[in-house]
Amino acid sequence: MINWKVILNIAKTHLLTKIKQTSTAALGVTFGIGSYITLVCFMTGLNMMLDDLILNQTPHVHIYNEIEPSKKQPISLYDDVKSSFNVVHSIKPKLSQKKIHNALPIISYLEKDVNVRGALPQIKTQIFYIAGSIEIGGNLTGINPIDEARLFNMEDYIVEGSAEALHNSDNGILLGIGIAKKMSLNVGDRIQISPINGGIFSLKIVGFYQSGIADLDAIQSFTNIKTVQRVLGEAKNYITDINVKLYDIDQAIPLSKKIEQQFKLKAIDIKTANAQFETGTTIRNLITYAVSVTLLIVAGFGIYNILNMLIYEKMNDIAILKATGFSGKDVQLIFMSQAMIIGFVGGVLGLLIGFGLASLIGTIPFQTEALPTVATYPINMNPLFFVIGFSFAMLSTFLAGYLPSKKAKKIDPVRIIRGQ
Amino acid sequence: MIQLELLEANKMSVVLEAKHINKYFKKPVLFHVLKDINFQIRQGEFTSIMGKSGCGKSTLLYILSTMDTDYEGELFLNQKLVTNETREYLSYLRNKHIGFVFQFHYLLSEFSVLENVMLPAKKLGEKTLQEIEHDAMNKLKILNIDHLAKKRASRVSGGEKQRVAIARALINNPSIIMGDEPTGNLDSYNSENVFNIFKQLSEEQGLSLLVVTHDEDFANKTDRIIQMGDGKIIS
Repeated sequence: MINWKVILNIAKTHLLTKIKQTSTAALGVTFGIGSYITLVCFMTGLNMMLDDLILNQTPHVHIYNEIEPSKKQPISLYDDVKSSFNVVHSIKPKLSQKKIHNALPIISYLEKDVNVRGALPQIKTQIFYIAGSIEIGGNLTGINPIDEARLFNMEDYIVEGSAEALHNSDNGILLGIGIAKKMSLNVGDRIQISPINGGIFSLKIVGFYQSGIADLDAIQSFTNIKTVQRVLGEAKNYITDINVKLYDIDQAIPLSKKIEQQFKLKAIDIKTANAQFETGTTIRNLITYAVSVTLLIVAGFGIYNILNMLIYEKMNDIAILKATGFSGKDVQLIFMSQAMIIGFVGGVLGLLIGFGLASLIGTIPFQTEALPTVATYPINMNPLFFVIGFSFAMLSTFLAGYLPSKKAKKIDPVRIIRGQ
Repeated sequence: MIQLELLEANKMSVVLEAKHINKYFKKPVLFHVLKDINFQIRQGEFTSIMGKSGCGKSTLLYILSTMDTDYEGELFLNQKLVTNETREYLSYLRNKHIGFVFQFHYLLSEFSVLENVMLPAKKLGEKTLQEIEHDAMNKLKILNIDHLAKKRASRVSGGEKQRVAIARALINNPSIIMGDEPTGNLDSYNSENVFNIFKQLSEEQGLSLLVVTHDEDFANKTDRIIQMGDGKIIS
């Protein structure tokens, strides 16, 4: 038979008459939860931004023809030396074509797969940017600008001009910002390029591209697939790479394996390509949680201490409550509810403070050359963090309150009353 | 037949009964505190327990109060065996049937006088809040301290505190009131006052009282004195 109204009333009176101690304990929780929310929103925001930096532009599966030595050297086909031990020196890579054989049918096959959001053809080639007598080496990639913008957030990295402009122009080029600076070029200017097999082509600059990775921006430019095919003097089915974007990133590994087997092409999945990246994210998350949990544990000890003191102070009250008919469990509930009230109030305040601080950080300007699309510090306000923060506040105050209240439950009233 | 009924009525009126109660202190050395205690308290009886310090009278009182459960023998409250009941049930029994008055007043200092008196009734939860408040005011009126009702318990004088404690003991209309030196900390005027209140309660409301005291004047005025010595009842 538990009379919650009476118990909560006693707990409330205890807390209100010791308002200083109560607020100290609650503030401990508030700061713990508040800094957890701030930290986790900020850190995961940064993580997500860094992840997006790579993942947005990286295809989930990248298909191309790898230049590599033949797995089976000719000698192994020769039956006469089958049983002997063969050593082959100076293995050369096999001469194979760069283009993907039957690329267009493969693309339409992949597009039919339910897991695939899109499969985009690309042509990668080396070129020289020509400025008078100076030749600067670089990469030119032929793309479908509209599709790239749709699937790989291409627009985020176009600082001037647009994907649309490139699409509409027959001999346009989207120039890397690094090259533009080196050669003092502006949008609307013309640039001469030369593919490695000779010839000079003049292309019109329709925009600038800035990925945030300076080394890349100094060499990389984009143009339409048709333009590259014309520059290289290749046919319309000349495709060197296929980039696949999936609905579910976890499908990348099985799909890449399937493609390798089926088409005898090299297919690299995103996890293999960016393994070190995942490690970085995991470690940053680990640090965030380690710091937050430490803060909350410190707050928990604060509550433990204050409740312990309160129970020593209230020894007489506990004895009299027990003498007048409150059971040990009632007394325990009185102190438990005090802990939980501290946890609840402190936790809610902490969530509000965390929300406020995170929002504040979200408005601080954060501009850097490397990240063209970011204007303020990135904040990831995931409701899950608030749920976790609040649950942790309640859990830690429960544990911090449990031990002292258990002690209060066990206090023998006779010893207190007779001890006076 | 009439005799049997009388016997029955007589039996009904026994509020508290102790049978062969033995108690040992195990620390620091084994010590036999209470040796085969047997007695009864009837309804409306005002009993005092006297004896020298250390003779075990307080120990006995706390066993009778059901707060101390570490003893041998049997204890009956309203003819019901309460020995070996669960602590939860004993708490309930104390709440409903036993009122306490201690030497030190033991009020919850942060609560008002009225709240202190109401608390055991709220715990019992048999009445509505209005009824409880009405009862509590009545008890305070009986003890002439109704003007203190809204004051904080820590702000009233010692004699008044003891009267508040008595009011609290009365709130659930208990079968018996137990006191451990209830006048031990009061001057003669307030002792007299407390005694008169007890006397009045026992005579007018037929309440049983069991009071441990050192005060011989106080004891001499009660209905019955139980003299204790060396853990035994002498007379």
